[in-house]
Amino acid sequence: MMNLPRIPLGNWVEAAELWLETYFSPVFDTIRITTGSIVSMFEQVFLTLPPLAMILLFTALAWFLGRWKIALFTLAGLSLIANMGYWEHTMQTLALVMTASLISVVTGIPVGILCARSNAVQNIMKPVLDFMQTMPAFVYLLPAVSFFSLGVVPGVIASVIFAIPPTIRLTDLGIRQVPGMLVEAADAFGSTPWQKLIKLQIPLALPTIMAGVNQTIMLALSMVVISSMIGAQGVGADVYRAVSQAKTGAGFEAGLAIVILAILLDRLTQNIIKSKRR
Amino acid sequence: MPIIEVRQLSKIFGHDPKRAISLLEQGWTKEQIFAETKMTVGVNRVSFRIEPGEIFVIMGLSGSGKSTLIRLLNRLIEPSEGQILLNGEDITKMSTEQLRETRRKRISMVFQNFALFPHRTVLENVEYGLEIQGMNKHERREKALKALALVGLEGWENQYPDQLSGGMQQRVGIARGIANDPDVLLMDEAFSALDPLIRKEMQDELIALQANMKKTIIFITHDLDEALRIGDRIALMKDGEIVQIGTPEEILTNPANDYVRKFVADVDLSKVLTASHVMIRPESITPERGPRVALQLMKKNNISNLYVVDKERRLLGVITAEDASAGAKDGKTLEEITIADVPTVPPDTLLNDLFDTVSATKVPVAVVDENGKLLGIIIRSTLLAALSGNMMPEAGDLDEFAENSPRKLG
Repeated sequence: MMNLPRIPLGNWVEAAELWLETYFSPVFDTIRITTGSIVSMFEQVFLTLPPLAMILLFTALAWFLGRWKIALFTLAGLSLIANMGYWEHTMQTLALVMTASLISVVTGIPVGILCARSNAVQNIMKPVLDFMQTMPAFVYLLPAVSFFSLGVVPGVIASVIFAIPPTIRLTDLGIRQVPGMLVEAADAFGSTPWQKLIKLQIPLALPTIMAGVNQTIMLALSMVVISSMIGAQGVGADVYRAVSQAKTGAGFEAGLAIVILAILLDRLTQNIIKSKRR
Repeated sequence: MPIIEVRQLSKIFGHDPKRAISLLEQGWTKEQIFAETKMTVGVNRVSFRIEPGEIFVIMGLSGSGKSTLIRLLNRLIEPSEGQILLNGEDITKMSTEQLRETRRKRISMVFQNFALFPHRTVLENVEYGLEIQGMNKHERREKALKALALVGLEGWENQYPDQLSGGMQQRVGIARGIANDPDVLLMDEAFSALDPLIRKEMQDELIALQANMKKTIIFITHDLDEALRIGDRIALMKDGEIVQIGTPEEILTNPANDYVRKFVADVDLSKVLTASHVMIRPESITPERGPRVALQLMKKNNISNLYVVDKERRLLGVITAEDASAGAKDGKTLEEITIADVPTVPPDTLLNDLFDTVSATKVPVAVVDENGKLLGIIIRSTLLAALSGNMMPEAGDLDEFAENSPRKLG
């Protein structure tokens, strides 16, 4: 063992990074511009109206989707955030989380469907997803920065990498869990694969898929502090700053804003799942 | 012309079906092939023809290959070899497109556990087959409602399957199967998940439905009673092979081998056999003859009753030995001593329904057709013998029974 030369895995990765940077920069530029504009669109939506109006709007949405308890929590929680002076940063964070979640869902569900339809795709995806979920996020922050430069976009991309696996896994699981006899019945009546997917598999897998989406949103939110280390604005950056300056109080306040946002997003998405069920 | 003709159809589960089939042709058994090659013979060179409007039952125990066989017919499972001709067109040679079209319009299926779509209402379930054909909403709704009415589910359109009882769910399954007006309906253990009373009811309704719609039905079951009740013909399967094909009576009275014999041994014959199976040839006399001739005939045949029939063998009544000898003394005519009030049954009466009539009467029960023609008589000893299953009377045995039995019963 000792006499064998060390495998230069790290050098290879750096070579690959350089190669991608050299030859695929137009692709990365496109991704950067698109992602950046989605984030600023969300920011505009959340920040155009004054905080009070937005708080009332969110409360109304919570009321509409769930019970009065969630609406009350929304009202109180968001008012506290505004009162602490974290409103703008929290909305920036929300924009980042929503962008990352949107990209995860739009790409994750089709990949999940592919996994469900083919064991080969599933076998390839499994280790890739394990890798994405367990590789410490700091490690892929660096290539994200070198491909997309500093700012919110590499933060979004890092969040997507970390947050997309539950959507893929649970879409795959949900579709595979559709009872075989129902699939057989759909076949027996002459369904095309597409009809089977749209009319049977996705509707029946939807609660499972939505559970995956919920997890994706939560994971994306858990990435905001890490994203702030590469220049993403928002309440995550406030936490990061407070921690590096050892300001316990400010850190707690900003952290609390993230917790409130997390509980809100979780309860609201769970209620969407429930209202989809009969 | 048969609507379905299956020729040498086989299904081998394994890596080299061709080899397994050639081994089968050399006379290897299913077990030998599995031991040698690890391939499983699902269906072994099965052939049969089904006529339009027939209820063809494929029966066998679990593992006999019956569920595989029915799935070969619409290629939910791909056959390894053989042909399936639907109105002369080979299903095994169809392209994906043609097969899909066939499943949409010509063959549909009803499943054991109903396989209803839980997220769709009853109506949407029944509409499914029409919807995927691209039929417009109005037309498919109309057809689905018609199918639901046929199975007696008006008013339930907007319920979800889990709000219905098992029997009603399977009615939805049947409605979904007939909504696209297919030529052939495949029913895979369709009633096996239902409790016995509901099951019987559904069997009766299926027979009625079939009489109305004239569908060809292929029905899979593991239940012999069910097969005997609904089948026009039955194919009995074992180890992927068809052991015997025949009408219920043929299977019961003429088992092809020991397996079939054992299979049918526990059948409640009283619910399968009819009066025509147990009746014996009656001694009869026309009314112009006198009582003396009648007495003579009874003595000669060693019997105590004689049936009086006209020239067309229509039953007029019965005379007893006592009346005949009294009548001979008093010089009465045969007509005067004829007892017209003879219990009669039609030939298709089940034995089960015969017991009361037979036990309530002194003279043997007469079996007459719809024109009143005397076909035979039923005496208690042959009835009991038939039920015990070991003395099935056949054409040749009738004389033997006729000679002495009626006297014993008197």
